[in-house]
Amino acid sequence: MLALIVELSGFAAALLFILGLKRMSSPATALRGIVLAGIGMLVAVVASFGYLAMASEAARAHLAVNLGLALLALALGIGWAWRSARTVAMTAMPQMVALYNGMGGGAAAALAAVALVDTHPEGRLALGVTVLGALIGAVSLAGSVIAWAKLDERMRSAWRFRGQGAFNALVLLATLLLGLWLVADAAAPGWGIALFFAGALAFGVLMTLPIGGADMPVVISLYNAFTGLAVALEGYALQNPALMIAGMVVGSAGTLLTVLMAKAMNRSLANVLFSRFGEVKAGAQGEVHGQMKAADAADAAVTMRYAGSVIIVPGYGLAVAQAQAKLYEFVKLLQAAGVDVKFAIHPVAGRMPGHMNVLLAEAGVPYDLIFDMDDINESFASTDVALVIGANDVVNPAARTDKQSPIYGMPILNADQAHQVYVIKRGQGKGYAGVENLLFYGDNCSMVYGDALAVLNTMVQSIKELGA
Amino acid sequence: MNLDLTMAWPIALYVFMLAAFTGYEVIARVPSILHTPLMSGSNFIHGIVVVGALHALFNATTPLGQGIGFLGVLLGAGNAAGGYVATDRMLAMFKSSAARKD
Repeated sequence: MLALIVELSGFAAALLFILGLKRMSSPATALRGIVLAGIGMLVAVVASFGYLAMASEAARAHLAVNLGLALLALALGIGWAWRSARTVAMTAMPQMVALYNGMGGGAAAALAAVALVDTHPEGRLALGVTVLGALIGAVSLAGSVIAWAKLDERMRSAWRFRGQGAFNALVLLATLLLGLWLVADAAAPGWGIALFFAGALAFGVLMTLPIGGADMPVVISLYNAFTGLAVALEGYALQNPALMIAGMVVGSAGTLLTVLMAKAMNRSLANVLFSRFGEVKAGAQGEVHGQMKAADAADAAVTMRYAGSVIIVPGYGLAVAQAQAKLYEFVKLLQAAGVDVKFAIHPVAGRMPGHMNVLLAEAGVPYDLIFDMDDINESFASTDVALVIGANDVVNPAARTDKQSPIYGMPILNADQAHQVYVIKRGQGKGYAGVENLLFYGDNCSMVYGDALAVLNTMVQSIKELGA
Repeated sequence: MNLDLTMAWPIALYVFMLAAFTGYEVIARVPSILHTPLMSGSNFIHGIVVVGALHALFNATTPLGQGIGFLGVLLGAGNAAGGYVATDRMLAMFKSSAARKD
């Protein structure tokens, strides 16, 4: 009877996860989606205490201790994660997602380790699946921690050395061979198991170290898919369909998200993982003609106040300056004056696809003012003013025209086609990709230099003075 | 009633295939504004690994197994709880202008 309840709870959880994920794919129902999935999780976790009654003969003697350990681990894990997720700033959310994902990979690796050192699953297939899941989970754990450290700016540059690719391949090969040994010889010694996990963790670190910070979102999404896969495999080893289904759904959804993100940057996944982006030889790009013109913040604000339509292109610089709320205040003033204001979001604005939408939403900007690149790119040509804030490479027309440019072929927002372009920027520096931005040299473009928050403050002020 | 059936590997392949298609279909038509919350949401869903970790811990018999099992449950619980709160916080911010005027 208990077994039946546990099985049905797993089934209910799998169903609720899929329904929840489906709801999460539309802004209107998304919030109910996560609640639904949360109920599924709660049901599954509570029901899993039924395993206590089904524990193996050998484990009966340890049930009380194991139950205590489980409750303590749950309390500590949930307590820490709940607190950290509640308090972290929205700008830092990508690295927290990386961290939680790494913990999932670690959990999959740990449960596999328990099977290897303690409970010893029967049969080659179960053992093989356990070991493979452990490998993927451990890589995901180590890689996610490195990704977190990079995004959190605890680790600065990409770490590279000659022959790195070959060295990494060697580490992976050695780890795989160790894994095969563990499968072939069920009585493999403890140091063999330890070495296998050390190899898998080392490979996760080595694989992630050479990848630059700008590519981390793609990498996090990839490790998210990895963890899903590891969970699915361990689910089979444990004969638990809920884990198999949830893990594989995330594995495939995560892979798709990863590909979509890479595509948004016009790069293949292999290119993200193995190329050395940003090391393209400097000076290869074409000559830049003309010069940048500076404009006064107040003048720019007044121009927008009397314009018919304005499209705002926000970039990560806006979030760094914590100026989203000020920007929305400015937008509301423009709207009150009858200006048609829209936001244009490049797929990689912010640090993850959709991150900028979250940051704008946090500031209170309604999502129907926010448009994806494909939906708004046509409108720039008929727009009076494009206001670019803290964005650079995603509005660089060189991506369309200059075959020498490292960003050539990347889809960009056509901000240069607006009648007038204002760019709020701290200085004359280059973007992530390290290339000159042709937009800034255009005849229709003026630069407003300064910190985004300070500039927007001035803009809001000057509009208010007009109104009075 | 004996429910102690083991799942033959071909059945597992079918389950994996159907689940993979489900994940693909659910995500395929999502506007990019939801990509970050969805990544976080799927991150929460693989937090179900905590159930597997609990299973492993409940069957552990040696101090080493219990220790690793404890770590597994701790990490898995962190994955599930952190994933839930992060996703919930992000999604709670999405409101349309109509909803805001209420």
